[in-house]
Amino acid sequence: MHDYLVFDHLTKRYGALKAVDDVSLSIEQGSIFSLLGPSGCGKTTLLRMIAGFEKPDSGRILLNGRDITQLPPNQRQVNTIFQNYALFPHLSVCENIAFGLKVTGHRKADIERETLRMLELVQLERHADSKVTELSGGQKQRTAIARALIKKPNILLLDEPLAALDLKLRQRMLMELDLLHDEIGITFLYVTHDQSEAMSLSDKIAVMNEGHIEQVGTPSQIYEAPCSSFVAAFIGDTNFFDGAVIEVKDSEYCTVRIGGFGDVLCYNDKKLRVGNPVHLSIRPEKFAISRNLPEQRKGRNVLSVTVDDIVYLGTHTKYWVLLNDYRVEINQQHMRYQLDQIPIKHNEQVWLYWNADDGYMLERYCEDDEEMVFQPPEEIGDNPEPTEQHNEEE
Amino acid sequence: MKRSIIPLTVTLLTLLFFYIPIILLVAQSFNASRYSGAWTGFTLEWYARLFRDRNIWMALRNSLAIGLGATTLSMVFGTTAALALDRYRSRLQRTHYILIYMPLVIPDILMGMCLLLFFVSLGMKLGLLTIFLAHVTFCISYVAMVVLARLQDFDHSLVEAARDLGATRRQAATRVLLPLLAPGILSGGLLAFTLSIDDFVISFFVAGPGATTLPIYIYSMIKHGAPPVINALSTILLFITFALIITAQMLTWKKEKTT
Ligand SMILES: Nc1ncnc2c1ncn2[C@@H]1O[C@H](COP(=O)(O)OP(=O)(O)OP(=O)(O)O)[C@@H](O)[C@H]1O
Ligand SMILES: [Mg+2]
Repeated sequence: MHDYLVFDHLTKRYGALKAVDDVSLSIEQGSIFSLLGPSGCGKTTLLRMIAGFEKPDSGRILLNGRDITQLPPNQRQVNTIFQNYALFPHLSVCENIAFGLKVTGHRKADIERETLRMLELVQLERHADSKVTELSGGQKQRTAIARALIKKPNILLLDEPLAALDLKLRQRMLMELDLLHDEIGITFLYVTHDQSEAMSLSDKIAVMNEGHIEQVGTPSQIYEAPCSSFVAAFIGDTNFFDGAVIEVKDSEYCTVRIGGFGDVLCYNDKKLRVGNPVHLSIRPEKFAISRNLPEQRKGRNVLSVTVDDIVYLGTHTKYWVLLNDYRVEINQQHMRYQLDQIPIKHNEQVWLYWNADDGYMLERYCEDDEEMVFQPPEEIGDNPEPTEQHNEEE
Repeated sequence: MKRSIIPLTVTLLTLLFFYIPIILLVAQSFNASRYSGAWTGFTLEWYARLFRDRNIWMALRNSLAIGLGATTLSMVFGTTAALALDRYRSRLQRTHYILIYMPLVIPDILMGMCLLLFFVSLGMKLGLLTIFLAHVTFCISYVAMVVLARLQDFDHSLVEAARDLGATRRQAATRVLLPLLAPGILSGGLLAFTLSIDDFVISFFVAGPGATTLPIYIYSMIKHGAPPVINALSTILLFITFALIITAQMLTWKKEKTT
């Protein structure tokens, strides 16, 4: 596998706003690559530059080694699934799909054969002559996919293709997309602001924020080893801790003093020295709590805390525990052997423990990012809905 | 609860107010009396006279030719203007918008005078050509406004989608943009056509000797006192209009039923 699509220091300005800010990326052939980021971070702008609808202010785009930065959209071997599908309302499903071959003057017999093949691929044979306005959301989406794929693009650009669908359909289409990708094996560049979508589909994810790339990696790298507080908070929930190294134990571990929390043992992958500041991210599921003092093990941190809030979610229970200045979020799986125990209650004094390896030191930290972390029920007033990603786990 | 009879009465009175003059006109067109007033018997004389009047047919032919020509030309220019107005949004564009919008609000009489002065200062001979040009001027504005309204809720990603699928600029325009704008362009054209056929004031200013449109001819007929023939003509026009409206309505009803 070699680098197929390359962005070389791309920048796009709208007035004073840098919608895309010095983005360099390379995407492997045949992979599913996701651009993930909050609304307005420049994902669509980046995609539009690949498709040729916008010209970058500086930088280059290379497709298979060829500079395509200045080519008009109709001369690029790239096709787009638009955020709103953009199906032609005056044409039938069949005519929509055939459009791309008709304008390039293919032979009638070829067009018919290819259109049929595409209809079969997306299972819309029965709707070939329907008006596109009469289709359901999922059928529209499949028409859009067929219309793009008939061009045999080198890269398929998908701009939040599932955003308009309801949850159940979204999950099904996600699986269909994955199957489709296995079947045709072309490169997908997938844009989304939904982290669960990106995680489940992608080979690689680039997390974008305010026009620049925060981190590129596989889904598990992004989740387990976020490089910045933005990535840590945007992908899943996390707890942030602020402190400084007070003792370097050996080549692997150090002790970090977290003001208002305690001294904790931490895996020192950044090779920090005594006195260096540390920003730590620990995911809720890495913590555990119990009523009985857990046995001491090498590398295990144990602290005494008070339970502040409990939300039962079926697959797991969320706890918030208090220790001085910190309010820590915990996801605890339900084990069968715990069922006949007395459940942990509000205001109870319990033990909080986790492994030193499970904290992750962040390179960049920005306080605003803490606001992205899910707030417990009492702090968001009378709206006790858990965040979306937890709903989807059910 | 007893329903009030006031709404019904008001409706009936309004309808009477609207339609009594029309009914009178239709009746008078069959009245044998020359000086409309008392009913002196049924006749088709006025219709016969109308069909014998060669000048009326000439005027009608002029009106239709000017109307069709002005409509066609203004559909082309009006659509182009609307596309330009929609596409670019600079300060200059706002001026452009006002310039296009202006003919809609300027009083006809002013328009007529301005155009007359303009044609005279150019040394143009007044006639059918000047009427045609005058009609094109205001028709463009109407078409442009109607098409612009359509463009406002046109999804521009459709054109991008076409380009993305390999269409050249021209193909995107002819295969996607124009077919989707066609209803707007057509209704703009229809509006322009009715206004052109109907126009009296502006045409009156820029018409030369011998170049008469239907409205101008009707006016001169009244001046020379031939009311019964005008009644007959009006009745015919009235029924043509009704027929057109009913057909249009039936077409839309049919469409609504199938969708
Ligand atoms: N044509 C434009 N003119 C001016 N500003 C623009 C234009 N297009 C986008 N922007 C700005 O550029 C930024 C990035 O926009 P973009 O559409 O790429 O965001 P996005 O990541 O796709 O967001 P979403 O997830 O909501 O689709 C936004 O702040 C937006 O306001
Ligand atoms: Mg977008």
